Order: sequence, then structure tokens, then C-alpha cells
Amino acid sequence: MIRLDHLNRYFQVGDQQVHALEDVTLTIDSGESVSIMGPSGSGKSTLLNILGLLDTPSSGEYWLDGVNTSGMDNNELATTRQSRIGFIFQSFHLVPRMTAFENVELPMMLAEMDKEQRRERGLQALDRVGLIGRVDHRPDQLSGGERQRVAIARAIVMQPRILLADEPTGNLDTAAGKEIVGIIEELNAQGLTLIVVTHDPKIGERAGRKLRLLDGKIVTNRNSSASLP
Amino acid sequence: MRLNDRNLLAMGALVRYPLRTLMMLTATAMGVAAVVVLTSLGEAARSYVAAEFQSLGTHLVIVIPGRSETSGGGLGMMIGQTPRDLTLADAQALLRSSAVKKIAPMMVGSASVSYDGLERESPILGSTPELLDVRQWSMALGEFLPNVDMERAASVCVIGETVRRELLRDQPPIGKWIRVGDRRCRVTGVLGNAGRSVMVDVDEIVVIPVVSAQALFNSPSLFRILIQAKSREAMATAQRDVRRIIKERHQGEEDVTVITQDAVLATFDGIFSALTYAVGGIGAISLIVAGVLIMNVMLIAVSQRTREIGLLKALGARQRQITALFLTEAVFLAAMGAVVGVALGYLASIGLGLIYTDLEFQPPLWAVGSAVLIALACGVIFGISPARRAAKLDPIKALAGK
Repeated sequence: MIRLDHLNRYFQVGDQQVHALEDVTLTIDSGESVSIMGPSGSGKSTLLNILGLLDTPSSGEYWLDGVNTSGMDNNELATTRQSRIGFIFQSFHLVPRMTAFENVELPMMLAEMDKEQRRERGLQALDRVGLIGRVDHRPDQLSGGERQRVAIARAIVMQPRILLADEPTGNLDTAAGKEIVGIIEELNAQGLTLIVVTHDPKIGERAGRKLRLLDGKIVTNRNSSASLP
Repeated sequence: MRLNDRNLLAMGALVRYPLRTLMMLTATAMGVAAVVVLTSLGEAARSYVAAEFQSLGTHLVIVIPGRSETSGGGLGMMIGQTPRDLTLADAQALLRSSAVKKIAPMMVGSASVSYDGLERESPILGSTPELLDVRQWSMALGEFLPNVDMERAASVCVIGETVRRELLRDQPPIGKWIRVGDRRCRVTGVLGNAGRSVMVDVDEIVVIPVVSAQALFNSPSLFRILIQAKSREAMATAQRDVRRIIKERHQGEEDVTVITQDAVLATFDGIFSALTYAVGGIGAISLIVAGVLIMNVMLIAVSQRTREIGLLKALGARQRQITALFLTEAVFLAAMGAVVGVALGYLASIGLGLIYTDLEFQPPLWAVGSAVLIALACGVIFGISPARRAAKLDPIKALAGK
């Protein structure tokens, strides 16, 4: 489903060239759960951004569902993001002036879905994360865990194939963090491909496959069944 | 994104930042209101002047001594020629034209007017009975000048309301003998409600027979000859005839200026229209200033909402969608500003109408329309650069709020 082929990403910082990703080759199958760990500056976020089509590699190829993404223009990238990839961020990134439902509705608005369908799908997604009672609450009326659950509902409402999570529990206390991990693992169990970037080894270890990055290179790529119940 | 959704999102953002919205709304509204008020002011002045000229009389043709040259200073002036005087005989000769219905020669001067120890300086108008009709004045009391041969000097006069009040106080004015300059005359009537009329304040004047005025000012030269043409259509013929007759009588020299009320009106109309356009233009400039403000505030909005833009991009928003979203906001602001501005403009016009009761304030529709259009255009033109900036943001940096 995802195939990275000798992928490189350089950044120009001043007159210095930083090699953020170096010759990354990686395959991720549909339904896998993958954690990406590594110290700050190791290239985790860059890898996640490229996987999420927010960034493009300097060289190498990224094949998504059998399509080479390097030939895509901005609009095609946007459309692909919209239909195939869901994002969860450390700081939730909810629009503060909108209710939970409206936040979830946003990607469907961008996709020009009609109102009834949006209503149905939005409520369904909020129900899946257990927030059906909080539909009309604004982010400032919700707890951190609830906010992240809204964000998850928003990420899955377009029924993507891949869920990309960037430190999803980074801003949450332990209890809320556990709740969020539970929800995304359940989504993964239902077939959604899950890729999580995290500092937290407890979360990283639960993934079916653990990637470890160091200085832009994959140093560990290890499968385990430890996380599966 | 569907239009409806886009509008909802844009409105939501406007409501969410009330201070910003209010600021931009005020700027646009002021610009639009300025255009509306200034043009309605110009229009009011224009229609006031037009009405004034209507009150001059109907089908009026005016003969003025001296040729008004359109080129240079005029040869006559350079070689020291003065125009020939217009005389009473000239005036009478004009009646030969079939297009002329009535004539009223006019002499104008100033003299002291006194009665029973009270004295005031008044403009003196020397004319004939026809003046009443030609100028469409009315009498408040008594009769106008007696209908006798215009060559005869009769010791009569007609006075304006102010003159009556100041000299005669509460006494019945008719039949009183007052002194005008060095001669005495009997008051036959008091001028009526004409009030102010172009060129003269009717309440202030004393009207005496034209021959008396010639004697009083010791000059045969007329100030004007007012002519009433038989109809509106006859005005051009009358004008032509007057020129021809005067030329014949003045040894082939066309040394008078003949103007019609319409021509004067058209001139003033042109001047005031230009004025209205000019002040409207000034108002429009303030609208463009408002547009620049819209641009600046939208740019601030884009940087304030960088993370939101990053999110929209992550959620699959295309560049065009983001451009459209911010442009919609700018246009909404401009449109709301325009509506408020038109309302303010009309209110201000009504207010001005209450203060200056002489003028009629009616904002011209073309000005209201173009003010609204310019406001909307400003919204689009000055909204497009911030919107494009938003659309071009790098999603990763935007998400990080950078």
C-alpha cells in the first residue's frame, strides 16, 4: 500500500544542507500499525509529512496505492490527502470558533459533500469516538482528551485508508492518553492503517511494527506481536 | 467547496473576530457614506440653482450691453472702444420681433430712501409694468407700476417688504409719499412673496418707472433688457431677432450679449454636475483608502489564522478553495460596509435636509450605485493578495504556526 523507494529529503538551512531523510526504503501494508520513534531531529516528522503528502521528497519515489505521488500537482496532492489520509496532531488543531460537529464537518465541506450526507457521516464519526453527547460543544468547552477525540472523528470522517498521528498523546494526561490510544488501536483493528510518530516508548512499543530513525536513516525496522491482544 | 458552505465559513470567521470586522466595516461604510452624502450635497446645490433660475421667469431672454468675447480680451477693449449704450428706444424696437411677447427694460442703482426722518440705502430698480409679469413677481398689496407710456416719468414707486417695514412701520403704505434720492414718489404697492430671487433680494428693493430711474442716475444706459418670448420654441427666434435688431440700430455692430435662461441654466447645470462628480470622486478615493485598510487587516487575519490554513490544507483544501474563502470574507466585509454606508449616507442626507431646509437632499442613484460597486471592487481587488498569500502557505510551516 505504501512503498518508499530510496527516498531522500534535503533542507537548505542557511548555506548548510541538512539531510533530513537519507535513502529511506520502506513498505507498509494495508492494516498495519507502525510506530516511528527516534530522537528530536532524527527525521520522524519529515517522514510523516512526506507520508501525509504535505511534503515532497527531494529524490526517490513514494508509491501510494500503486500510484507514484511524485508526479502529482498541488491539487492532486490535496485531493489524495482528502480521500486517503487522516491526520491527528499533537495540538489537536481544532478550529476554536466551530463546534465539535462543525470541525468534523470541515473536510466534508471541502470535499463538497451535500448536507444530509455530512450530517449522517459526521454524527457517525463522533459516535465512534464516543462524543455523540458533545456534538454542539466548542473546543474550549471540551477536555483535552475530548478535543483529541473530535480530531480523530475529523480524521476518519472521510473514511481514509491511512491514519497519521503525530504525537497524539503528547498534550494529554495519562488517562486521556490511554483513552486516545485505545480509540486509534480499535480503528486499526477495524482495518485502518495506522502510523504513529511518538516519543513515548510505551505507545511506540504497542505498534505491530516499530521503526527507529536516527539522523534521517531507518536504524531499526522490527515486527512484533506484543501489542496484539 | 459549495458556495453556501463557503459563505457560512466566511461569516463564521467575521463573527469570531468582531473588532477586526467592525474596524473594516467602519472604514468601508465611511467611504460609501462620504460618496453618498457628498454627491447628494452636489445634487442639492445643483437643483437649488436650477430652481432659482426657473424663478427668474419663463421663456426669458436677457440682453446685456457689451459683447462677451470668447477669444482674447477683445479687440474693442484693446483699442479703447466701449460698447454702445442700450437705450429705451432699443428696448422698444425689440417689440418688432414676432417672437417677443413682452419686454422689460431695467436700470439698476442704489439710492437713499427716506420717509418721515427714517432713511435707508436701497437698491433701486427702474423698469416698466411688464417687469411684474416677466419676472413672475406678485404683489402683496396695492398695484405695480401704472400702465402708462414707458417714456413718461411718473412719481410712483413700488417697495419691497423690508423697505415697507423699516420706513413705514405700521402705517398703511399705499399712497404714502416717500423720498427716493432727490425726488418724491407715491407708494402704489408692496411686492409680494417672491422673497429672494436670482440677482436681487425683492424685499429690499424700490421699483420706480424706468424714465424716473434714468433721471435719478442721470444716465440713459439700461442695465438689462428682459424679454419674454412667446413660447419656449420662440426663444431661439427671439434671440436671433434681438441680435439683428440691435445690430441694425447700432450701425452694424453686434455689441450686446443675448443670453437665454436655458443657456445660463445649462451652464450652471454643467458646473454643478462637474462639482458633484468631483466631490463624488473624493469620496471614492476614501473608499480606496478603505480598500487598502481591508488589505492590511486581511493580511493580519491571514497571519493570525496561519494554523487554521495549515489545517485546511492538511484536510485536503485546494489552493483555489482557500483563496475563495478569504476573498469571500473580504467581499462580505466590503458588502456589509457598503450597506451600512448607504444607510448612513441616507441618514446624513436626511439630517442635512433638516438643517438646510432650502436644499433638497436626495442622494443620486448613480452615485449610490457606483459607491457600492467601488466598495465591492475594493473588496475583491484588495482581498485577492491576502487570499493568495493564504493559499500559497506551506502546509507544514502553517500547521506549526510559522
